[in-house]
Amino acid sequence: MYKILAREDFSDTTFMLEVLHPMLAKAAKPGQFVIVMVNADGERIPLTIADFSAERGSVTLVIQAVGKTTREMQQLCKVGSVLYALVGPMGIPSHIGEVKKVACVGGGLGVAPVFPQARAFKQRGAFVIGIIGFRSKELIFWEDKFKSVCDELIICTDDGSAGIKGLVTDGIAQAMQAHPDIEEVLAIGPPVMMKFCAEATRPQGIKTMVSLNPIMVDGTGMCGGCRVSVGGEMKFCCVDGPDFDGHQVDFDELMRRLGRFKEEERRSLERWTSNSNCRLLQEEPSVSTHA
Amino acid sequence: MAKKTIRNIPQERTPIATQDATGRIGNFDEVALGYSDDDALLEAERCLMCPQEPCVAGCPVGIDIPGFIQSIIDKDLRASYDILADSTLLPAICGRVCPQEDQCEGVCVVGNHLEPVAIGRLERFIGDMAVAEGWTSSPVIEPNGYKVAIVGAGPAGIACAADMAKAGCEVTIFEALHRPGGVLTYGIPEFRLPNPIIDAEFQKVLELGVKVECNTLVGRLFTVEQMRDEMGFDVVFIGTGAGYPSFMGIPGESLNGVLSANEFLTRCNLMQAGEFPQTDTPLGLGRKVAVIGAGNTAMDAMRVSLRLGAEEVHCLYRRTKAESPARVEELHHAKEEGVIFQWLTAPVEILGDDNNDVRAVRCMRMELGEPDASGRRRPVPIANSEFEFECDTVIYAIGTNANPIIGQTSKLKLNKWGYIEADKEQSTSLAGVFAGGDIVTGSATVILAMGAGRRAAQSMKIYLGINDLEDMTVSDPERQRIFGIDIRQKRFSRVRLPAQVHSA
Ligand SMILES: Cc1cc2nc3c(=O)[nH]c(=O)nc-3n(C[C@H](O)[C@H](O)[C@H](O)COP(=O)(O)OP(=O)(O)OC[C@H]3O[C@@H](n4cnc5c(N)ncnc54)[C@H](O)[C@@H]3O)c2cc1C
Ligand SMILES: Cc1cc2nc3c(=O)[nH]c(=O)nc-3n(C[C@H](O)[C@H](O)[C@H](O)COP(=O)(O)OP(=O)(O)OC[C@H]3O[C@@H](n4cnc5c(N)ncnc54)[C@H](O)[C@@H]3O)c2cc1C
Ligand code: FES
Repeated sequence: MYKILAREDFSDTTFMLEVLHPMLAKAAKPGQFVIVMVNADGERIPLTIADFSAERGSVTLVIQAVGKTTREMQQLCKVGSVLYALVGPMGIPSHIGEVKKVACVGGGLGVAPVFPQARAFKQRGAFVIGIIGFRSKELIFWEDKFKSVCDELIICTDDGSAGIKGLVTDGIAQAMQAHPDIEEVLAIGPPVMMKFCAEATRPQGIKTMVSLNPIMVDGTGMCGGCRVSVGGEMKFCCVDGPDFDGHQVDFDELMRRLGRFKEEERRSLERWTSNSNCRLLQEEPSVSTHA
Repeated sequence: MAKKTIRNIPQERTPIATQDATGRIGNFDEVALGYSDDDALLEAERCLMCPQEPCVAGCPVGIDIPGFIQSIIDKDLRASYDILADSTLLPAICGRVCPQEDQCEGVCVVGNHLEPVAIGRLERFIGDMAVAEGWTSSPVIEPNGYKVAIVGAGPAGIACAADMAKAGCEVTIFEALHRPGGVLTYGIPEFRLPNPIIDAEFQKVLELGVKVECNTLVGRLFTVEQMRDEMGFDVVFIGTGAGYPSFMGIPGESLNGVLSANEFLTRCNLMQAGEFPQTDTPLGLGRKVAVIGAGNTAMDAMRVSLRLGAEEVHCLYRRTKAESPARVEELHHAKEEGVIFQWLTAPVEILGDDNNDVRAVRCMRMELGEPDASGRRRPVPIANSEFEFECDTVIYAIGTNANPIIGQTSKLKLNKWGYIEADKEQSTSLAGVFAGGDIVTGSATVILAMGAGRRAAQSMKIYLGINDLEDMTVSDPERQRIFGIDIRQKRFSRVRLPAQVHSA
């Protein structure tokens, strides 16, 4: 059982959990992920380690409530409650090379996971350009954290309510123009975003690493459900990745595979939503008598 | 009583009751129901108690088979259990899943003339009795201060852990998944090996004082070297198995609906996906299933598919039934349950529809040519024999490779296929680190993995100086034993000096 030390809600869909696991906090490196189970009947879901602190003995996860399990976590995971299972760190740590200038790009749920890499590059003495994208101003989080490790921070919003109006690829274009000497780009976010980031840097041939998020079960190389195509070769994302050369990744295949259980996911979420609505209805009278 | 001869013993092997095929594909209850007391007694009488005892040599862990059978005849079932427990920790499991026809029963003298003694069924009978009666065989353990780490809670790790705990060591098993058992838990389905049996047998390991830390991915949370050099473990045993599924590399393998048998079985057995949406893990099984391969894993995947509602399940195998590596009993059960076998059929491409879902497998018919290195006749494609086989799910059961994580993260010497190199004594290239089971040999069997775990335990004891080689190899029938521990071994026990003891 793994205790939740802190929680912060960034928006009505995105929240952060800080979980106690001193050994994991000590072992974690940028780019690695964990697998979480909320309860014994739960699904094993992979989540990137968005921050870790050996002093606090904790790892931080930033979660977007998209389906049954993540919404259930949003509802159940309170400070002081516990996770049934937390295992990691999984995957090969990101290679933090000796580069002079790097752009760390995060969009949507990729904003948080790109933070440890940005910090690690900074610690190695690189000039770090942070490019983070949100739908609108209210959804922005960790701006201060990014500012503390980035030499330059470009915020992009879909509606232009903060920073530049546009997608992170517009941010990349702006950064590449201002800094023709960017040696590496690191992009984390939804597959379609990573695909376009990789396309944005392909003409210049700038090395572009992406962190893939296929459907996983065990995360130990045992099932092969997480297989992805990179440079025409089959890789198991959980043991060979999750970081791969973005110019080699078959993103279309990844996106198709992510839709593998669409029908089941919809059923599971519907069932859960109607059950939890029932629970709310049942609870209401007792609440009102206390009021 | 007159001396038993091949003529005066019961001529027929005592049948085991089974659930009938039509009923059982609607449930996950066990197929083979086990012996009654009378069945067991009758079958035990078939053992000739021959002096050669080839069965003992045929058993990878050297169970005193005539001994435990004699105790059944004597109606002393507790004594029978103690004899089994001397050599195997998991009789109820091994009695169910061992390929006895290739081991003890394969060399049984009775088998030269009649059907061999049903040793596996008798072992299961006693194992189940012990589970039902709550018999355990925990000896009084004198702690010796040594700390032992075991990586992987599969049969190899469990067997090694138990022996080290009995010797007085403080043993911790580290397991990556959220439940222990290895393939027993995530791979072999309930109708062959019910979970309560695994839990009950595993409970005996816990009673020896073994600690189990699940959710611990060794190599990533800490390395093998760290366990030995920083975490205070005197010896480390690695039994991480060979669960890294193979694919063929033909076009179409990334289509939705193509998965490995490991993924399919893990979803069902470990994650209970059969009960989705009561549980959260989806299964993704279609109506018409093609399973590629014809080993035990393939049989399990096919039989689970039938139970979870697949309408048609086909087995595509490039050789014939004779070359199939599955146990005879498994093939028989699969056929009975309605699996359709397509022998001499090799897939060459998987075809998808517009939604990227599997629509068909393009196959080729084969014929058998000259024997290959394995001695089996090599399948050769027949020209112009391609055809499309329509289906919506394709499950690969063509074998597994070494799990790469320990190799990626330690200096352990691996062989060219990525398995850990270990010698006869299960020692690896790192001092104090031992390995055994599928991670050394490649996919094998439960009992071979257990045998390797026990061999490693012997070597680890020697390495630590708490046992004596000669004492272990001398076979002395008079030797007094308590639950698998030779009392005289105590003479060799050396307790670790306090100065060496690391603080926890
Ligand atoms: C290496 C990795 C790192 C990730 N990091 C994060 C993160 O930091 N924050 C975050 O919010 N999300 C992260 N994800 C995605 C997260 O795992 C999924 O959003 C989650 O599993 C969805 O579960 P659900 O039941 O809530 O939704 P569902 O309705 O079950 O699924 C919603 C979508 O999530 C994907 N998904 C479903 N099940 C899985 C699964 N078992 N494994 C992976 N993807 C799945 C599918 O594409 C699906 O369409 C990561 C995924 C991977 C592989
Ligand atoms: C579907 C199927 C059916 C089978 N049927 C039979 C049968 O009927 N009879 C028979 O005799 N054999 C059968 N086998 C083979 C048998 O199960 C294996 O040979 C045996 O389980 C091997 O034991 P092991 O201890 O070496 O490894 P495993 O059982 O594979 O256990 C290894 C354990 O180590 C864990 N692990 C891996 N890496 C790490 C890590 N880095 N850190 C921590 N833990 C880790 C794994 O999660 C796993 O729990 C079958 C196999 C399969 C797949
Ligand atoms: S998640 Fe199972 S092999 Fe990667």
